Parts: sequence; C-alpha cells; structure tokens
Amino acid sequence: MTLNSREFSAASGRAASDSKQQGLLAYAIGNYTVKRDASRAKFRDWEGARKAAEDVKREALENLDGLLAKFIGKVEGRGGKVFCARDAAEARDYIIGLAEEKGVRSIVKSKSMTTEEIGLNHALEGRGFGVVESDLGEFIIQLRGETPYHIVFPAVHLSRQQVSALFHERLGSPETENPGELTGVARAHLRKVFCSADMGITGANFAVAETGMISVTENEGNARLTMSLPRIHVAVVGIEKIIPRLSDLALLLPVLATNGTGQGMSCYNSFVGGPRRGGECDGPAEFHVVLLDNGRTRILADPDKSEVLRCIRCGGCLGVCPVFRTVGGHAYGTVYPGPIGAVLTPLLRGICEWGHLSFASSLCEACTETCPVRIEIHRLILKNRRDYNRACPSSVQRLAFRAFAFVARRPALFRLAGKAASLGQHFYPLVGWLPFNPLRRWTDTRAMPRVSFTPFRDWWKRRRAGRAE
Amino acid sequence: MNPSAEALLARVRAALEASGNGGQKTARKADFRAVLPPARGGEAELTALFAQNASELNAEYRACGSFDGAVAFLKELAAREGWKRLAAHRGGLAEKAAGALGLAATWTDGGYDLAELERCDVSITDCDALVAQTGGALVNARSAGGRALSVLPHHHVVVAPRERLLPDLPAAFELLEKKYGPDYPSFISFITGPSRTADIEQTLVLGAHGPRKLTILMF
Repeated sequence: MTLNSREFSAASGRAASDSKQQGLLAYAIGNYTVKRDASRAKFRDWEGARKAAEDVKREALENLDGLLAKFIGKVEGRGGKVFCARDAAEARDYIIGLAEEKGVRSIVKSKSMTTEEIGLNHALEGRGFGVVESDLGEFIIQLRGETPYHIVFPAVHLSRQQVSALFHERLGSPETENPGELTGVARAHLRKVFCSADMGITGANFAVAETGMISVTENEGNARLTMSLPRIHVAVVGIEKIIPRLSDLALLLPVLATNGTGQGMSCYNSFVGGPRRGGECDGPAEFHVVLLDNGRTRILADPDKSEVLRCIRCGGCLGVCPVFRTVGGHAYGTVYPGPIGAVLTPLLRGICEWGHLSFASSLCEACTETCPVRIEIHRLILKNRRDYNRACPSSVQRLAFRAFAFVARRPALFRLAGKAASLGQHFYPLVGWLPFNPLRRWTDTRAMPRVSFTPFRDWWKRRRAGRAE
Repeated sequence: MNPSAEALLARVRAALEASGNGGQKTARKADFRAVLPPARGGEAELTALFAQNASELNAEYRACGSFDGAVAFLKELAAREGWKRLAAHRGGLAEKAAGALGLAATWTDGGYDLAELERCDVSITDCDALVAQTGGALVNARSAGGRALSVLPHHHVVVAPRERLLPDLPAAFELLEKKYGPDYPSFISFITGPSRTADIEQTLVLGAHGPRKLTILMF
C-alpha cells in the first residue's frame, strides 16, 4: 500500500462516518438529481444529444493537431498571446513571469479546475502575489485553506453556520444564517477586489478552433468581471477543450448545464476572442491563453484510454457514484475526485501512486450511464486496475497467488488445505484482530466467508451415489 | 508560430499517429435541433415560450406593445425603485430609452469611470437576440456597451424589438456568424437570467456578483 492509498483509506473511513457531511452531500445531490432529470426531460432526445456531443468531442480529438494550430493562429491574429505549456511547472512559470514583467500586484481568479491541477494559487502566493478566488464556493474554501470538494459545487460539504463563522472571523461580518446575507458579504468584499485587480485568471469550458475563442460557463458573473475589469486576462486551458466550430456550442452549452447543475442553460456563457478591440470601450489590453498539456498528449497516444479526453468536467459522474456519495470529495486527495478522478488521476499523475483510486469503485456503471459525452468510465477504471497490477504488483498478493497455485496443482495437498482451513477458521477470531493480519482490512467490516467441513468433491460423490441407489 | 506551439503540435501529431486515431473519421452529425429542447412555432408561441423560460429564471419579462410603451414602463420602474443614476451606451434603442428617462447617466462608449459605473442603479442595453428556447439574451461588447455594463450594476434592463426574438440556440449562432463573422467582437455573452449562486447549502441567491435583477422589455 502506498502512502496515498493509506491516506485515502483513512480519509474514506472518517468521511463515511461523518453524518453531518453525509447529510449536506445527500441533500445537495438529491436537489441536483431532480433538476437534472427535469432538464433532460425538456430535450427532444437526450440520448441523441449525448451521442451528438460525443461526436463533436470525438471529431475534435481526431483532428486535434489541425484544430489547435487553427485556434492558436486565430487568437494570435487578434492580438492575443498563446503559450503552450508541456507541464504544470512551465504553465506556472509563464504566468509568474508575466505577472512580474507587467508589474502585477493583485490577481483575481474565477473558478478553474485546470488552475487547481497546476497548483497555480500556491505558486503565485509563494512569489508574493495576492490571489483571490471570486466564485463564492471557491472563495469560501480558499478562506478555509481547503481544496474544492466537488468539480462543480466546491463548498457543498459546508453548512451555512460554518460559512457564517468563517466570514465573521476572516471578514468581520456579523453572524447570520441567511445565505442571501452571506452572499452579500462576499459580494461586497469581492467587488473591491475586482475593481483593483491587475490580472484576471480564468479557465475555459471550451476553446473554439474556428474562431479562436474561449467559452466560459458560470452562474455568478464573477468570470465576466474577471474577464472585463483587470488589464490582463490569462486563460488556462487544457488542450482537450478544443472544439471545431462556434456553432457546436449550441449543443454543448445546454448539455453541460443540464448535466453539470441541472439548469437548462447556465446564467452566463461568455466567449472571449482576444484583448479589447478598436472601437470597444473596455476589456483587458492583454489576452493570454496558456494551453496545457501536462500528460494529455500521453493519454492521447494511448488508444485504449484516449476517450477520457472527451470529458467536459460537468461533474455529473460524482453525484451518481455510490463511492463518492459515501466518502465525499476530499478523501480522494486529488484535484479530480469521483469516477472521472479515478480514471484521470492515475493517468495524469502515475499509475503506481494513484492507481488505488481505480479500485474505489463498485463498477455499477452509473458513471458511464450519466456521462454526457458517453465516456465508458467503468471500462477505463477496469483498464486502470489491469495496468496497476501489471505496473506495480503487490508482493503480498503475488505471494498469495503463488502459494495458491502451488496448492491447487496438487490434489492431495489441496484436499488437506481445505480440511485445515475448515478447522482453522474457528481460531480466526483469536488472531483476526492482530495488527499484522493481512486479511484484517476485509474482515474488519465484513463477515469472513465460511469454509465448509465437507468439501464439494465429497458432497458431489455422495449425491451421485445416493441417486444411483 | 511560437516555439512552444510548434513543440505542442509535434507532440499531438506523434500521439495521434501512435494511437492510430488521427485524421477525420467522425463527421459532424445530425442537426442539433433534432435533439435540443423544442422551440418551434409562430411568433405567438415563441413569445410565450420565451416568457415562460424567462420567468422560470426569475427574470422579469414585459411585452410593451411599442417603444413608447417600453419607455413608460421604464419610467414606472425608475420611480418604483428610486433610480438616481443610470448607465447605458450610445447608438441603439438603449440610448433612446435611457435618454427619455431624464436621469443622470453614465455612457460607457469611449471609456468610463469604473467607480461611477459601479454606483449606477441600473444599466440599460441593447441585445443581438432573445432566445425563446432558453429565455435569455445575447449581447456583445459592440452591441451592448462593452463588457462590464451588462454585469456590474445591480439591475440590468435589456430593450429589444420583437424581431430580435429567435427560436433557439442554433439560430442565435447562425445570427452571430452572419452578423459578425469572421470579424467577431472580443466579447460575446449569452445572459440567461439574473446572476445567481447556490453555493451555500443549495439555497438560490440572486445577485451573486452580477445583477440581482434582469428586466427584458420587448416591443
């Protein structure tokens, strides 16, 4: 067991017995499910929409080289800058270098999982830049020094009382249990941040090759302010966000909203195609796109797994997953939790270090069923398990299987072992609790399977003999 | 092309070659209209659909009959909400409507003072289209007075003549392409209801960072 794996087990155990967190999560997921189903029902053909969305993303990945070249050319043609980062460090260094070169003092961000992936806030703060998250949920967890709990609902694990106490302590606002008032406190605080920030950092939900635009989906208006007020706008975009045409968004925007939050359409879907143009009255003077590889071309090269790059980060597979619903988002210890995280994290960050996440699945296929771009998530989880066992087999497991093979090939020994187990099992309770018992992780929470005193072979022989009489 | 882009494209090409997945294989499929929520019918049906969707989003929709009707309703709103200062842009219906109110005004064209815009009680803008399928409005930096005007003040009013009403999102994207392509404005946004959040215990709160109120006046 790796350290990550041990931490995951321990955190899962804690989260599974935290009834308050479970209650908040269950309530949120229940709400989401009702809204999502109502939105899906409004489609003429939701299954057809999934198929069409899959095709758009499939086409994009098949032609990714040409589409990326087109996107880059279009952005540069309108005065934007594009930097293609091989890994997280290159992306961070570019943004830090830019901020230093332009004399940036304060930075405002809107929600972006890709910037979480590259650990941008931490790096910027380490170089002395003030970075403020402006999405309400992200703002709350930033104040708490946490990471997002859910891809779409980052603060879903917190109660209004916790938020109130946090704002009271950190912002000096009066305690209140009214979410409207709490939102007002954050709004007033963040308005000042928006109006004075020099640099705005966003992610992107899609990047349109045809027109060289990023598309940003949100509900609060914070991303719009982030892209409007500071003099520099930086968008950090995974290369898999590319789509061929602007008009593809006519499908993808409602599909993302439906599966992401259960809305028919998110409140603001904004497209940015460069810095402020001649004749426009506001907007940043500089527009930078950081296109992030960070392991994505490695996944693209693997025909067995490249379909995961279709993911549009709607977070829909989290809420339907029995494991996520039980252990929550923080137990995973990763940026991307839930089923998609169980696929993506080992691929992006190493199968041996993170492959254990692929075992945190009941393989019920609810994730595959809900995925709006029809990624066969459960199959990818199985493939990760296979690769994990190949790449870093557990020595205990290997020893156990070798011993089993040795015994199973020798009928007399097999028979003897069966007898021994049927007698020995009565002594298991005496030793089962010992800390070094390798079976303990299973038997602590489950009944030990019973070994019958009469082996199947004897039972079968006797049964046949009885019939013959 | 810059060297970082060359390096990325080389890696992508190598990956596509290695996987055997490169090259056009998946063609663009069916008309999205066959799968999206239905938005068909004549003007009356589409107007009703727009009104229903807008109200579900907590936006205020008014069919005003005529431009003068829209101005009359704006005056009523101004009195009811005690507007002291408005923000708007020139060169469209918003200018005419805002001008008729006789209030102190901030015009965003040609630059503006951010603190002053923030203090405005309301912003009034044009739009490119209203979308019946979603109950929202399509704006851009050129047609609606820049990027911040429609998101910074507490209340956003959109004025739109009846012919701006489009059935669905595919029609809205066709319009964008026809009207602007390939010389698009630097900023385009679909506004679907007033700013909202449900980040605290899933309780819907309007006016998270953008306008608490969105009023759409059609005439």
